[in-house]
Amino acid sequence: MSVLEVLSGVLLVAGALAVLTGGVGMLRFPDFYTRIHAAGITDSAGAGLILLGLLLRVDAWDTAVRLLIILLFLALTSPTATHILAHAARRDGVPMWREGDPRR
Amino acid sequence: MSTTFTLINVSLLAILTATAVTITRLRALYEATMLAALFSLVTACLFVLLDAVDVAFTEAAVGVGISTVLLLGVLALTRSWESVTPRRRRLPGAIAVLLVGGTLGYASLDLPEFGSADSPVQRHPVTEVYLHQSQEDIGIPNTVTSVLASYRGLDTLGELVVVFTAGLAVLSLLGPLARPEQTRPTADFHLADYRVIRVVSGALMPFILLFALYVLFHGDYGPGGGFQAGVIFASGFVLYGLVFGLDRAQRVVPRAALWFLVSLGLVLYVGLGITTMLLGGSFLDYDVLARHPETGQHLGIQVVETAIGITVASVMTTIFFGFAGRGVVSR
Repeated sequence: MSVLEVLSGVLLVAGALAVLTGGVGMLRFPDFYTRIHAAGITDSAGAGLILLGLLLRVDAWDTAVRLLIILLFLALTSPTATHILAHAARRDGVPMWREGDPRR
Repeated sequence: MSTTFTLINVSLLAILTATAVTITRLRALYEATMLAALFSLVTACLFVLLDAVDVAFTEAAVGVGISTVLLLGVLALTRSWESVTPRRRRLPGAIAVLLVGGTLGYASLDLPEFGSADSPVQRHPVTEVYLHQSQEDIGIPNTVTSVLASYRGLDTLGELVVVFTAGLAVLSLLGPLARPEQTRPTADFHLADYRVIRVVSGALMPFILLFALYVLFHGDYGPGGGFQAGVIFASGFVLYGLVFGLDRAQRVVPRAALWFLVSLGLVLYVGLGITTMLLGGSFLDYDVLARHPETGQHLGIQVVETAIGITVASVMTTIFFGFAGRGVVSR
């Protein structure tokens, strides 16, 4: 068990937890915007941490380059998707949830 | 180790079944389309677990990517809500489904056990030929590519004809593609007005097309090949059309060029076969293309994969333009 392996294990577990919180949030949050935030957590924090954890375990440099490219791609695309979805919801007039409102 | 795999397999199968059941119970077709994409994604994961990486790649690119986009394009033209069939009219459908499903279930009993060592795949002599002889005959690491493009080149040609025919069928059903000046969006709403999506998709565009070319020319060494590359290339154009408007996308690839490209791939493929015949070999026998048989095989496989990529990409782009153009013109 080297330092790198332990660190990578910690990152992988943290990523898995982030994915899990995203799933729980999708089910429990009250309206569209908050649920989109939960989905964004799975994409950015979850996938990002898991990829970082895998990056510490690679044994060939070309695999590392591929993982880095995937990481960059995700860092660009998933926030864009979340942003556009929220923007479209605003355009359509989806109301924001306030304390005391019923779930939507 | 094996228990982990069993666990993953069982949970994926559970997700697959749950998705299928949910799709049958949904009336909203947008949601059903998204769940169908999820179904394809889980199927692709199952293929990865079975070590069929090429198949998984195709499933991910076609099932999750382009077909979802095309279905959404169709839903934009029609009602996105399933009409309810009265109960007594559902009986014939139910009988047909039960019969077909029962037959398939019964037929699956004839299949060899999962992972058994004495299945025909393991014992048939042709397996040995493909796995070992191909390294000497063709000398590329990815046996799937050698089988698809060389040993079974004629079958692949048939598949390409199917894709080509599908493109022709869509064109003849939807009528000719609209002219660029007809598809100028009239609404006040453009996706390109959003700075974020404009910048991001503009920045990603060259990389998507580059990745498609990588998949095409790297198919000998890793998963991928003409079909996947064509679909990825087309999805780049689809993204461009969605964000910057159909008229600008059609200015990049004019209609005449698309129709030319749809048939160019097929002509290339058949032309290669005729060339090998003229050089004294049989149809699609690449050994005669170069002095060294192995070099000839490499050359032939590259040409075939490129031909597949050209036709698949242009057919997919044509289908998208056809569907998306109708929504703008016919209103």
